[in-house]
Amino acid sequence: MDATARARDLLGVTRLSDSALTSWLHSLPGVDQVGCEARAASLGTRSIKTTSKAWAIDLAISMIDLTTLEGADTPGKVRGLCAKALTPDPTDPATPRPAAVCVYGDLAAVAKKALGSSGVNVAAVATAFPSGRALMPVKLADTEDAVQAGADEIDMVIDRGAFLSGDYLTVFREIAQVAQACVRPEGSRARLKVIMETGELVTYDNVRRASWLSMLAGADFIKTSTGKVSPAATLPVTLVMLEAVRDWRDATGEMVGVKPAGGIRTSKDAVKFLVAVSEVAGDDWLDPYWFRFGASSLLNDLLLQRQKLATGAYSGADYVTDDSPSLY
Amino acid sequence: MSATVSAGTTRGPGAADTRVDVRKTYKLYIGGKFPRSESGRSYEVVDHRGRFLANAAQGSRKDARDAVVAARAAFAGWAGSTAYNRGQVLYRVAEVMEGRRAQFVAEVRASEGLAERRAEAVVSQAIDRWVWYAGWADKLAQVLGGLNPVAGPYFDISAPEPTGVVGVLAPQGSSLLGLVSVVAPVVVSGNTVVVLTSEQRPLPAITLSEALATSDVPGGVVNLITGRTAEVAPWIASHRDVNAIDLAGAAAADGVSWGDLELAAAENLKRVVRPAGAGSDAVEPDWSRTPDLSRVTSFLETKTVWHPKGR
Repeated sequence: MDATARARDLLGVTRLSDSALTSWLHSLPGVDQVGCEARAASLGTRSIKTTSKAWAIDLAISMIDLTTLEGADTPGKVRGLCAKALTPDPTDPATPRPAAVCVYGDLAAVAKKALGSSGVNVAAVATAFPSGRALMPVKLADTEDAVQAGADEIDMVIDRGAFLSGDYLTVFREIAQVAQACVRPEGSRARLKVIMETGELVTYDNVRRASWLSMLAGADFIKTSTGKVSPAATLPVTLVMLEAVRDWRDATGEMVGVKPAGGIRTSKDAVKFLVAVSEVAGDDWLDPYWFRFGASSLLNDLLLQRQKLATGAYSGADYVTDDSPSLY
Repeated sequence: MSATVSAGTTRGPGAADTRVDVRKTYKLYIGGKFPRSESGRSYEVVDHRGRFLANAAQGSRKDARDAVVAARAAFAGWAGSTAYNRGQVLYRVAEVMEGRRAQFVAEVRASEGLAERRAEAVVSQAIDRWVWYAGWADKLAQVLGGLNPVAGPYFDISAPEPTGVVGVLAPQGSSLLGLVSVVAPVVVSGNTVVVLTSEQRPLPAITLSEALATSDVPGGVVNLITGRTAEVAPWIASHRDVNAIDLAGAAAADGVSWGDLELAAAENLKRVVRPAGAGSDAVEPDWSRTPDLSRVTSFLETKTVWHPKGR
């Protein structure tokens, strides 16, 4: 069933229009900003120790979309990142691998070649990432190119300008069309992550509406941020999105994933997010298939913590690879 | 009502016999800030006769971890500053110490039980020693580096470079002179340092941290942790991001075996400076003796550059 027909069913309308979407999205309950931030803060105070901590660290590693999205990215840098994804810690082969390597579309083929059938996915950003300011044919071509180059997952950005001016139908159509462009010739499809760029949506109410709109239009994942705008993935914003996917499953029976991205750098932060996932959405989401971290430096910090648990001594930057771009 | 007032019960806030003590609970010095111990603990510091002096933060392994992170972050900037600038900054510390002379004297007296005159002399010597080391900042390269004669048409030049992050167990007995004698030689060459202060006599170190914070030493270059040596020292010794350790304070410290610390330090090939004396007889050296450069050179690497000699 196509997205528009399903949306008509869900909304109970005969024609999907801007006004129908508006009244549906604006009928969602408002987010209590103070309450939401207080709950996020209280979830962040949980103390996770010993075996639980070890489990959480390994789970967090397996949920990482190891990301490089720089203008200075080269095939060599992407291959290096893929090598890191395949062997995150050479001193301990039992270290889990991250879920995916996330790159710009033109480097998806390089990543695919490096990762092969290892099980580590290739995620490519598309649709004129990070601003999303391009005409629709360009965005679709961007997506199709990445899928053709072997991307297993597509991270698209919504048109925040359209969303903020209340043009929900445009946002809906773009997502639905990009979802179509994720279908491969043989019928399988790349999973679609929809980046809402919550830092530009300003309010939690908007984050909730954008979440529901994205899910209605066929998102497999809702993702906070591009990583290029601050604030990026905050815990309260992620909390609102986790509530959205939980309520969406109650309403439709379908699960949608959540991916906070940008600004999550320490193991401590990552564990706070995992606590929120468990408490808000439920343990079904504590799985790399349903929850991801978009991050680059987070992996090294998790590896340092993992080494600390293994050796009993604090580790240091000399014992993980330096992924920062070379100055030479 | 007015009768009560005139009865003399309301004296001014400055009246000596009614003034409430300002009880001191000192904090750690990490990354240029004064945090409480993450453990929330503190311990009583007493003078040489067991009378209460102040409360000090009882640092934990996690405070040491945070201090190493701060020291590592500060390393590039401190090591990268010019030797001349480092010398100026360290000299400024001596200036601030001089301004706090009375406080240092009182604390050294109370902690070590010295007579007033003796304490004065010790503080003077400590400040002088700081100046002595500060002066070495822009002279180390000339004295320790140089042109090496090699069998080929090359200029071959060696220059000293700082080792990195250094852990220092400050002497247990000499609370100021000993402290200065182990900290100054480490930072003068561009190392950053995590200091575990004397367990029983931490007050001069705490005052030194206040002098450092109000001079121009960048935050994180010197980090001071007060607490139990036996509890925190093993975590610094085993820390993989610490490049060298000075075990001076392992001598006569409660429950500390410096051999174990050296063993833990070997795990990542730290440079180790052993305490004076041997085995369990490790002792604190006489800090009043004129120092040499050995504590400076213990925390240096040598960078050698080969450059072809053309015509």
